[in-house]
Amino acid sequence: MENANFVSTTNGCKLCKPLGACIAFRGIEGAIPMLHGSQGCATYMRRYIISHFREPVDIASSSLGEKHAIYGGGPNLKQGLKNVMTKFGAGLIGVATTCLTETIGDDVPMIVREFRREMQGEGAELPPLVTVSTPSYSGTHMEGFHAAIKAVVEQVCREGERRELINILPGFLSTADLRHLKEIVDDFGRECVLLPDFSDTLDGPALEDYEKIPAGGTPVADIERMGSGAATIEFGRTLTGNDSAGVQLNDRFGVRLHQLGTPIGIRETDAFFETLSTVTAKPVPEKHEREKGRLVDAYVDAHKYLFAKRAVVYGEEDLVIALASFLVEVGIKPVLCASGGRSGRFKSCIELVTAGFTDLPIVEEGADFKKIEELCEGLEPDIIVGHSKGYTLSRKLGIPLVRVGFPIHDRFGGQRTLHIGYRGTQTLLDRIVNAILEKSQDESPVGYAYL
Amino acid sequence: MSTAVSVIFQERKDQILRKGQDSFGMECNRDSLAGAVSQRACVFCGSRVVLYPISDALHLVHGPIGCAAYTWDIRGALSSGPALHRLSFSTDLQERDVIFGGEEKLYLALCELIDKYAPKAAFVYSTCIVGIIGDDLDGVCRRVAAEKGIPVLPVQSEGFKGNKREGYGAACRAMFRLVGTGDTKGISPLSLNILGDFNLAGEIWIIRDYFTRMGIETVANITGDGRVGDLQRAHGAALNVVQCSGATTELAKMMKESFGTPFLRVSYFGVEDMAESLYEVAKFFENKDPQIMERTRELVKSELAVLYPAIQEFKKDLAGKKAAIYVGGAFKAFSLVKAFRLLGMQVVLVGSQTGTEEDYRELYEVTDEGTIIVDDSNPLELSSFLKEKDVDVFVGGVKERPIAYKLGVGFCDHNHERKQPLEGFIGMLNFAREIHSSVMSPVWRFVPRKKARN
Repeated sequence: MENANFVSTTNGCKLCKPLGACIAFRGIEGAIPMLHGSQGCATYMRRYIISHFREPVDIASSSLGEKHAIYGGGPNLKQGLKNVMTKFGAGLIGVATTCLTETIGDDVPMIVREFRREMQGEGAELPPLVTVSTPSYSGTHMEGFHAAIKAVVEQVCREGERRELINILPGFLSTADLRHLKEIVDDFGRECVLLPDFSDTLDGPALEDYEKIPAGGTPVADIERMGSGAATIEFGRTLTGNDSAGVQLNDRFGVRLHQLGTPIGIRETDAFFETLSTVTAKPVPEKHEREKGRLVDAYVDAHKYLFAKRAVVYGEEDLVIALASFLVEVGIKPVLCASGGRSGRFKSCIELVTAGFTDLPIVEEGADFKKIEELCEGLEPDIIVGHSKGYTLSRKLGIPLVRVGFPIHDRFGGQRTLHIGYRGTQTLLDRIVNAILEKSQDESPVGYAYL
Repeated sequence: MSTAVSVIFQERKDQILRKGQDSFGMECNRDSLAGAVSQRACVFCGSRVVLYPISDALHLVHGPIGCAAYTWDIRGALSSGPALHRLSFSTDLQERDVIFGGEEKLYLALCELIDKYAPKAAFVYSTCIVGIIGDDLDGVCRRVAAEKGIPVLPVQSEGFKGNKREGYGAACRAMFRLVGTGDTKGISPLSLNILGDFNLAGEIWIIRDYFTRMGIETVANITGDGRVGDLQRAHGAALNVVQCSGATTELAKMMKESFGTPFLRVSYFGVEDMAESLYEVAKFFENKDPQIMERTRELVKSELAVLYPAIQEFKKDLAGKKAAIYVGGAFKAFSLVKAFRLLGMQVVLVGSQTGTEEDYRELYEVTDEGTIIVDDSNPLELSSFLKEKDVDVFVGGVKERPIAYKLGVGFCDHNHERKQPLEGFIGMLNFAREIHSSVMSPVWRFVPRKKARN
């Protein structure tokens, strides 16, 4: 094995911070994400996000040129905000910075305050303008995602009379996951504010007219009410005080926070349902009990195909932790868990969710695909679980890649992959078992049609 | 009046033209309007797309991870040999590097990557942030070049320094440092370099094959399936044939100035332009080889004999359908207008991200009355034009695709990500098939746009 610790990154296993912020802002009703930086950032990210969701993704840009880089980007940002307001009729504008504007030292909150004053002077009605600092030289797209959600909570939520409302901060899930989450809370007979909710904005129907801003998303009025919620459920084991919008809601408004792992697998999903049960003082609805029952039954049916199979798992830290937690439950041994993120909590979380099932796998923070490939040597994995960018590795090793998370650029319907809950776990289980069956069937000299 | 008015920014009015209604005049090559969701990219993008296919060079992006991540293996530029270009290398700058400077990291990154991959040259791309923190890219490149004994070429591609077009220039200047440094022994007097073709889906191989059949040696592919060594001896070729509006024109001009290499503008899209390009090249070499024109005629004839009957089949279904075009550079738009005409289709909207006034004047001349011509457009405008003109198929890139699909309009990807060759005579056939497969699909019967009319 090559042990070189390169200073360079080869085939990164992460994306940049503003991308995460754009996706988060896309999940708010009427919102337009706007990047304060050069035009290329917005265009590149749009292309990248479009290729996963297969949907229009409009991200505005302040389109800075050379003179703005020298004299400051304030005037362009203001002009951009005005254009987005008038042409798109934005209900919220989420302004995320880029490394350019962070480095030239533009004070975006101040520019936006000035803009607000100027516009109000002209008697204009302003939508909420949320600002978030997302220089791509610190952190990954996930830090950008969480920073945007936290900024929205900080800048939009208000105090109010306590209600039965449940806040759900799901992190970066798929459109199918978000729909399923809403269904679950609905089945408990409660109202929830899901932030963000891009289940419609990034997975919408065919239309006769182009929508300037796609319908759907968390209504701004609902976000305002989050401060008066009965409880917040926030997914993501690596999230801590500084990054967590849930902590913010707890500290500022006294909304009780339940931080949970992303609900994949039986244990993490149980924890989610138990929490909902506690918060609502209602039992888990029969429908979901039955789904769990079927899942346990499927675990049993599948166990021999999966026992001691070796998996490589990579992607966003919280997703990898949740996947590892699920994989060990069905007897699969995650031999390598890798992420481009560097929260500092990845390893301890993996340890926590795999304890009692298997030895601690190799856990690599800040990994790129070159590192992942090197670490795979000698591990003899049977299967890879991660997003599309691991395809090269899967091809090289000749083992199946089960596509999860973001981005899925080389398969159809990736944006609709269901990962969470008993139902999502069932879907993942089926796909993993089938990937393993397909490989052994293809490689078998006999070729049984009965497995 | 059209439905489009409400979505057009006041500032962009003179970047939109309706033939027959407006006399010619186009305010192009402007900075994109803030807040307008331009389809344009940046300087870095321009450099990256041009140099990307040089497959035995190391391409190191000096900047934070995003710039490298979004350009990792995104083009369908094929290589017949090395595939180093398909890896994504970044210095992945962190906050500490931004504060203390990234030169040392760049130096270490270059050294380790050159040691590991033994490339024939290295291109080092500057990004926005590098331009601001003031790293001495030239200095580091010189140092590494001296130590490692390969050309290490800085590409001054800070994103904010303009649009894609400036990036093309930066790429050309970087490549030009290679030209003239290799041995030109043994190059045929009937020889050329292919500029402005990126070998998407193997297109340059189709074109090279035509030239081979005409008796012409291709010295350097610039840059599709490109090699550093070929670029170094490119000045030994008798002619440069240049495709793609802006991408490699500057290199052709520099080569003409320094080495006296003449250049011809060509296009390999559509039957007319493809044949015309081959004849132009034949004419250029006619005094050296009087038989070349005859061979070229034979070639075109044999290709057309296969192509035409097939095209007629598609034409039966496609005649009278309406097409829209929105592409990066305008040159492709000229050829597409003709290609659609060959299919009996009408182009009702045509635009580009970075066309010049000259380009738009030419488009104004070749299009039909009522055609909308647009510079640096955005999703709001494009979608309203698509609807107004009741377009059947839209030709563009990834960012245009969801606009078309959302509105229930057919689509053809004519950009970097295409996996089907669209150049050459065979390319015209593929293009016709692709247009046909989108326009004739039964799925449109179910979309709201059509249902509303029934």
